[in-house]
Amino acid sequence: MAITFPETHATHDDAARMLAMRRAGLWLFFFSETILFGLLLAARFFLTGIEAEPLDQEVGLAITVILLLSSVTAFSGEVAIRKGRQKAASWWFVATIVLGFLFFAGVAYEWSIAHFSRENPFGTVFFAMTGTHALHVLSGLVMFLLLIPHVIKGKFTPTNYWAVQAVVMYWHFVDVVWVIFYPALYLVQGVD
Amino acid sequence: MHAVGTISGGVALSLMGFYLGIGLTALIRALIGYDPWHQELAIVIGFVFGLVGWLMGIGMWSQWGREWFGLKTYTPHMGGWQRYFMFNHDHKVIGIQYLVTFSVIFLLAGFLAMLMRAELAQAESQILTNAQFNSIMSLHGIMMVAVAVAAVIGGFGNYAVPLMIGADDMAFPRLNALTFWLVPPVAVLLLLTPVMGGLETGWTAYPPLSVVTNQSQVLFNLAVITFGLTSILGGLNFIITIIFMRAPGMTWGKLPIFVWSMFATAWLALLYTQGFAVGLAMILLDRVAGMSFFRAVEGGDPLLYQHIFWFYSHPAVYIMIVPGFGLALEIISHFARKPLFAYRYAVGGFLGIMGLGGAVWAHHMFTSGMPNFLHGPFMVLTEAISIPTGLVFLAALGTIWMGRLWLTTPMLFALAVIFNFALGGVTGIFLADVPTDIHLHDTYFVVAHFHYTIVGGEIFAMFAALYYFFPKMTGRMYNETLGKIHFWWMFVGFNVTFFVMHWPGIQGMNRRIADYPDSLEPVNLLISLTAFALGASFLVFIYNIINSWIRGPVAEDNPWGARTLEWQTTSPPPLHNFPRPPRVVGHPYDYGVPDSVHGVFDDEPVPPPAHAPAGAPAGGGGGGG
Repeated sequence: MAITFPETHATHDDAARMLAMRRAGLWLFFFSETILFGLLLAARFFLTGIEAEPLDQEVGLAITVILLLSSVTAFSGEVAIRKGRQKAASWWFVATIVLGFLFFAGVAYEWSIAHFSRENPFGTVFFAMTGTHALHVLSGLVMFLLLIPHVIKGKFTPTNYWAVQAVVMYWHFVDVVWVIFYPALYLVQGVD
Repeated sequence: MHAVGTISGGVALSLMGFYLGIGLTALIRALIGYDPWHQELAIVIGFVFGLVGWLMGIGMWSQWGREWFGLKTYTPHMGGWQRYFMFNHDHKVIGIQYLVTFSVIFLLAGFLAMLMRAELAQAESQILTNAQFNSIMSLHGIMMVAVAVAAVIGGFGNYAVPLMIGADDMAFPRLNALTFWLVPPVAVLLLLTPVMGGLETGWTAYPPLSVVTNQSQVLFNLAVITFGLTSILGGLNFIITIIFMRAPGMTWGKLPIFVWSMFATAWLALLYTQGFAVGLAMILLDRVAGMSFFRAVEGGDPLLYQHIFWFYSHPAVYIMIVPGFGLALEIISHFARKPLFAYRYAVGGFLGIMGLGGAVWAHHMFTSGMPNFLHGPFMVLTEAISIPTGLVFLAALGTIWMGRLWLTTPMLFALAVIFNFALGGVTGIFLADVPTDIHLHDTYFVVAHFHYTIVGGEIFAMFAALYYFFPKMTGRMYNETLGKIHFWWMFVGFNVTFFVMHWPGIQGMNRRIADYPDSLEPVNLLISLTAFALGASFLVFIYNIINSWIRGPVAEDNPWGARTLEWQTTSPPPLHNFPRPPRVVGHPYDYGVPDSVHGVFDDEPVPPPAHAPAGAPAGGGGGGG
């Protein structure tokens, strides 16, 4: 693994080194965020064991599918950038934003129809986990919104598109978190 | 536009953000039909907006944020003292910003300790009410924890790590500046807590009290969560810097030991700091959003907080002490003029502490009512951590052994680290052992133990490093006599104060309480008097540092004759650290090895390989010295 650069001096002018550092830095950020989500997940099982209030399974399945699809569109956008198709990429990212917003709206709908209150322990962990995750989705949406003007202006080239990579990786990360949270909240049910 | 990028710009934008946040909160609540005014929610949202405004105003917008919108960024270049009061990317400036800020916080928090000791000099209540005592005790705790977490890492880590590895700066210079400028809002929030009712919960903020106490708790939580962000982003930056920014030839086996300790510490800070932030965020949710993480009435569980809190706060003591060990070993090796003994074992010790540190937290909870089956494993794991710590001691003692010790002020402080921490470690065994801990839990024995490890370990190492790097940082030399007076005064004051403090602890004197049984009055009076003496020792330090910074004699580039890279450049170093890029050819601590050098600069010939293989076990050959 090219983890050292023994032949060159360490400066910030070295594009390859900068890219490697940024990539590794983003991964460290993900590790760090994993602990945050992991503690929330642990709190869910600590407080309520495997008990859960009934949730609307159709809404849960729908928003999960939507979020997974949005990861596909985000990835397609990144591939389009890599192939030099800026315009296609911007449409893929618009699709990602739409799907992300649909997910966000789905969570809001689930909140509005929840029959349990946030004072109930399951309600506490449910609202805290989905809320924290939704905030991350929202920040991802803001990043995509900031990204699209750059894509339209043609700022990214097939060899130089770190900002796109970073935002798409972040989006995948948020998606993976949901892949863990979804079963922990919707599918785990207490045994009577 | 140029007003944005100064402290006044930051203050203006943060106030605007704060009121905007409060206004938006009230507006949205009014729109959805709630009572518009919810004070704690308004504080939280206002703070978030105000924090963003502060960062943007201090220079993040002009130097970073404009980039997000495709605008051109501009970085002002200022010389002189002004460069310390702006969003500066230079790691050396940031290091000194951290050091000065946290020295001030250290002295303030130390003054609070003096107030507590004045109250505790006699039984019953004299100068402080119980509420004032609680507030002062809590503030002392959290401010000192902040100093312990950030002064060495943020100060010496930022200053020395890039220099030691031969880099021109940290990996992410703007992120580095961001971590420092998150600190002033934290300080403002903490200093505002007394006017919001005063903290009651100590720095640990245990529920249920923290959920129901006054609103200063909200400020505390916001401050500590923000401070956690500093710690996490700083840790991330150090890891990437150490992996990617090393000079050519600086292999992992040739890293100075302080850099290794920072590497281990950075992982701990990156991966565990969330615990405190998540726990405090849960308290905020309980208070502001009416949730019930910790409200037992609704089915929550206060024990959850203790688990989450100690999941961070035990590794936090390793975040504090490991860089202290690193500095002590570094300084001991340079001043013993000997290769660092068992270099690889010391590195293994740091990595072992890093690995085990996250698996011992529940030893703080033996009396909390957690399940009994957890007691045994956590006791064994906690005691197992003395093994990697022992490796660090092995390295220190092996280096001192038969060394020609040059007893300057930094060396005296570094030796004191080893002495004090040994005592702190021995008393730790009684706290790790379940049967003795049941008796000693929450007594002054714990206070004494904790101060022996962190003050005696890390803070002494911080002073060692302050004197050690002072000529490098300022280009001037401190007064050696005053430095030694400071050392002996502080060392004796510290040891008497805290050694005696074990005794009332064993007698059952509760910590964090403003009163105690009359029978303990004589010993408390003694502790108070020696504590005042300890506090007075810092006056010598303040005088020496300020006086030497202004009119001390000009220092040489390498007054200590040390081999590591930071001493091979000028004092103070130029903007990008090295006039010519360094290349590393030998081990940093091969003192006395003929023909060996650590770093060379590029238009110099590379010397032939040293006799000893680089990075040989047990510190390599020590002959010829």
